[in-house]
Amino acid sequence: MSRRNAGARLDTALGWGAAPGPVAFAARVLLYLVLVAVFSGPLIALLVSAFGPVTDPTRLTLIPRGLTLDNFAAAIDRDVLRYLANSFIVVGCGLLLQILVSVSAAYALARKRFPGLQLVMLLILSTLMLPEEILAIPLSLVLADVPILHVNLIGTLAGMIVPVGAWAFSILVMTEFMKEIPAELEEAARLDGAGDLRIFWSVVLPLCRPALGVIGIFGFTMIWDQYMLPLLVADDAAQFTLPLALRTLRSDDQVGLGVLLAAALLALLPSVLAFLALQRQFMRGLTSGAIKG
Amino acid sequence: MTMAPAAPVRTDEPPSVAPVRRSRFRRHLPAWLFLAPALLLFAVFKFVPMFRAVEMSFHEVRPYLGDRFVGLDNYREVLTNPSFTDAIGHTIVLAVGQTVGSLVLGFALALLLEGSSRGLWFVRTAVFLPTVAAMAVVAELWRILYYPAGDGAINSILGWVGVGPSQFLNDAGSSLWSVMGVGIWRGAPYDMMIFLAGLAGVDRTLYEAAAADGAGPLRRLWHVTIPALRPVLTILLTLAAIRGLRVFTEIFLLTNGGPNGASEVVMTLVYKLGLERNELGIASAGSVLLLLATVVLTVAVQVARRRGEQR
Repeated sequence: MSRRNAGARLDTALGWGAAPGPVAFAARVLLYLVLVAVFSGPLIALLVSAFGPVTDPTRLTLIPRGLTLDNFAAAIDRDVLRYLANSFIVVGCGLLLQILVSVSAAYALARKRFPGLQLVMLLILSTLMLPEEILAIPLSLVLADVPILHVNLIGTLAGMIVPVGAWAFSILVMTEFMKEIPAELEEAARLDGAGDLRIFWSVVLPLCRPALGVIGIFGFTMIWDQYMLPLLVADDAAQFTLPLALRTLRSDDQVGLGVLLAAALLALLPSVLAFLALQRQFMRGLTSGAIKG
Repeated sequence: MTMAPAAPVRTDEPPSVAPVRRSRFRRHLPAWLFLAPALLLFAVFKFVPMFRAVEMSFHEVRPYLGDRFVGLDNYREVLTNPSFTDAIGHTIVLAVGQTVGSLVLGFALALLLEGSSRGLWFVRTAVFLPTVAAMAVVAELWRILYYPAGDGAINSILGWVGVGPSQFLNDAGSSLWSVMGVGIWRGAPYDMMIFLAGLAGVDRTLYEAAAADGAGPLRRLWHVTIPALRPVLTILLTLAAIRGLRVFTEIFLLTNGGPNGASEVVMTLVYKLGLERNELGIASAGSVLLLLATVVLTVAVQVARRRGEQR
């Protein structure tokens, strides 16, 4: 309902109208160009430079001076495909585990009432305050000798996969979402003789598709961005993920900057493409995670 | 009323005690089974490390020889050793600088990019990209941008406005600030998105009422927008402060604490002590202090918010 009697409609805090005059319009376009240049300019420069013939190690370029795949060929010589494969294995298995764990826990937290519910919720919430970097040292000891099982996960990709299964954010988002599902649906299924597993799998989960998108995209970027955990777990280059390998590629004097650029681009693209493809879900997760707190 | 063991009927007043206990356990078993994987992973990878950190912080950790209890010695070491106190100082400077920097810049961005036109949506997406990029990529990119010679990318831009080439990461006076710049560059767009979500919830009629009363944009901002954003602000403040305290990757990759310890933060020092010099007890004490700081900060912000709401 717009109230036009109070003069101009104010849609934004600054009161910028939808139809500015030519000068104001030009000024605004200029401002936006500057903002885009500052924030995505460096990333575009990385994209362009990775395909360029790099001889000058000091400068990224925005204007391509000839296209070449030499940097990528050199990067492949340096095992970049293996690092990429490691990254994909870790993010694929880690994300699958995280989603399964979160969805299953959320089902109990949202659809069941049992003594201890509040306590479990509190424990899971409290880990949101527990940044993983801070616990790195004891975590590396735990990974070297996992309690009860007594296996050593150092030097295995499993060591980078299993710990990311526990992430409070996706459990919370999923729980909030599952609470909204009407109880009648569940009761109807129960009357038809469906057990918990069946209700979970064929009634609740299909309704959670939007929330699955949210935790999927967030889990993906989070696991792809992991640095400390792979650093603790990787014994030698055979287990490096791509982000971890960048540091070695950089300090390798025998290869030029081009290899680093090619590898960095490969490490950049998956998360950016995933974000661009699932933007709406990303924004929904950002606000549900932060605003609801 | 019959009590079939696995019947999903919810009875509020069970008939007798003995079957109740059994059936109650049976009734709640599915819930615990669904929770089991999460509880197991959280216990092993979150809570066990936390307890071990606290435990180790009171011990001199000696592999094969058994740990020796040393009371508060590790904490004393952390709080008095100059390399640690310097690192604590750098951590605080970095956390405060990045928090304030990204909040202010993020708020400005949100104000400038608020609106529903398609063009703005495109600009917002472009501005947001640094936040999605993996930190390791961002760090390598900025190492190149910060190239310390006159023809480095940032130095070239500085050259246009007549400012001499800076050493950035290589100089003790500027390395911490250079890292802070990268943190703000990556953090501000995130804050912008949260602010935008908050701005979308501000009641439009308040703006119009304020405008009708003769308030200009600045006064509207101060009296309408900022009060409406207070809940968003507290959450962002907490998140950003935690982000600042735990900083590791950018320092590790950009300067590794150098030059000469000028940009060493608690986490990089803890990493070096714990994994390179095997001083697990002292490293743990550092971690525990950082953890306490995180908890205190979060609680303080929440309390401040409660009080603000009551007023």
